[in-house]
Amino acid sequence: MSEPIRVDLLDETVELSLEDLCRICGVHERHVVEIVEEGVIEPRGAVGEWRFTGLAVTRVQRVLRLQEEFAVNLAGAALALELLEEIERLRRGGR
Amino acid sequence: MEFKDYYEIMGVARDASADEIKRAYRRLARKFHPDVSKEKDAEARFKEVGEAYEVLRDPEKRAAYDQLGRQPQGEEFRPPPDWNFEFEGEDRAGGHSDFFDQLFGGLGGLRGRAGRGGPGRGGFRSRGFDAHAQVDVTLEEAFHGATRTLSLQRVELDKDGKPRPRVQQLQVKIPAGVVDGQQIRVPAQGEPGAGGEAAGDLFLQLRVLPHRWFRVEGRDVSLDLPVTPWEAALGETVRVPTLAGRVDLKIPKGSQTDKQLRLKERGLPGSPPGDQFVVLKIVAPAADSASREALYKQMAAAMAMNPREAMETDR
Repeated sequence: MSEPIRVDLLDETVELSLEDLCRICGVHERHVVEIVEEGVIEPRGAVGEWRFTGLAVTRVQRVLRLQEEFAVNLAGAALALELLEEIERLRRGGR
Repeated sequence: MEFKDYYEIMGVARDASADEIKRAYRRLARKFHPDVSKEKDAEARFKEVGEAYEVLRDPEKRAAYDQLGRQPQGEEFRPPPDWNFEFEGEDRAGGHSDFFDQLFGGLGGLRGRAGRGGPGRGGFRSRGFDAHAQVDVTLEEAFHGATRTLSLQRVELDKDGKPRPRVQQLQVKIPAGVVDGQQIRVPAQGEPGAGGEAAGDLFLQLRVLPHRWFRVEGRDVSLDLPVTPWEAALGETVRVPTLAGRVDLKIPKGSQTDKQLRLKERGLPGSPPGDQFVVLKIVAPAADSASREALYKQMAAAMAMNPREAMETDR
C-alpha cells in the first residue's frame, strides 16, 4: 500500500467560497443561498464575497439530506438539524 | 446472491397499499436515518429500507418484484432466465444490494446506467456520487492524529462492460485536533463518474469515542478530579492527567467541590487550541475505625457549620 492519501479536514479554519461550497456539496448556488437565508449557515463577508468555514459543508449536507429523506421543507429541516445538534451536544456531556 | 424480502424489511403485508408503504417508510426512516438514529446498525438498515421502498413505491418495479414470488429472506437467489426489467427514470442513489442490481439494473453506485446500454449511450455524463462513512477515533487519536486503512466497496466495469465488485484499501491520515462530528473530505474517492466525468468525493464523519476520564466539548476537555478535604482546604500541588501526559496542578487554598480550574491550551490542538478544565470533587475518607470516628467528631466540634443554611432560611 502506498502513502496515505491527501485529505481535507473540514473544520472551522478552512475557508471556502460559495463556489467551493456548492462544488463540495454538489448543489446549485440557489440552494446554498436559501440555506443561508434560513440562517442554517452564516457566511462572513459581503454578498458576492461570501466565505464559509469547513463546518458549513456538514450542515449543508445534513440539512439537504433531512429535507429530501423526510420530505420536509427547509425550515423544518433546519429545526430538526438544530435539535439534533443540541442532542449530540448534550450526549457528549456538554456544558 | 441473497433474496431480499422487501415486504419483511418494511414490515408491511404483501397486499399493503401505497399509502401504507409510504407510512412505513416514513416511520422507518425516522428510526434508522443515520442523521437521527441511535441504533447501532442504522446506516445499513436505512440503506436496506431505502432500497425496499424504492422497489415497493414504484408500481412497475413492485409488480416485477411480486412476480418472483415469495422466498425466504437471505436465501440463495438467481433471477429467472426470462427476467428482463427495463426501467426509465432517475437512479436515486448508489449502494444497492447485489439483489437489487441484478433485478433492476442499477450499477451499485455507477451513476446512471452506463453499463446497461453500453458506456456513452446517449452521451450520458455525470459526476459520481459522494460516498459517506463514519470513522471512530479515540480521544487520544483525536489529539495525536491517526492513520486508518479503509476498505471500500468499489464497482467497476470489466472488459465486457459488466459491473464487478472490488474491495479497495485506502490509507487515510486523520490529522491531530479533529473534533466529534467533524468531516474529512477525501477528494475523488467516492463513486466513479459516468461518461468521463470526475468521481464523487468520500466524506468521513469522525466520531470521537467516549473517554474513561475526559469529557469533550468542541476542542475543550474537562476532567473530574477527586481531591481530599485537606488538599482542597489547605491547597496542594497534585499530578493531573492531560492528553499530552501528566502535569502538576496547584489546587488553590480554600477550594470547594465543583471548583473549576483551567489548564490553558491543554485541550485538543487547533487554532486556537482547546483548554482543559479540571473540576474538583472532594472525596471524604470513610469513618471506618474508632480513631477516624474520633477525628470526625473532633472536626464537628471544632469546625461547626451548617452547609444547608440557605435552604433552611429560604422559603
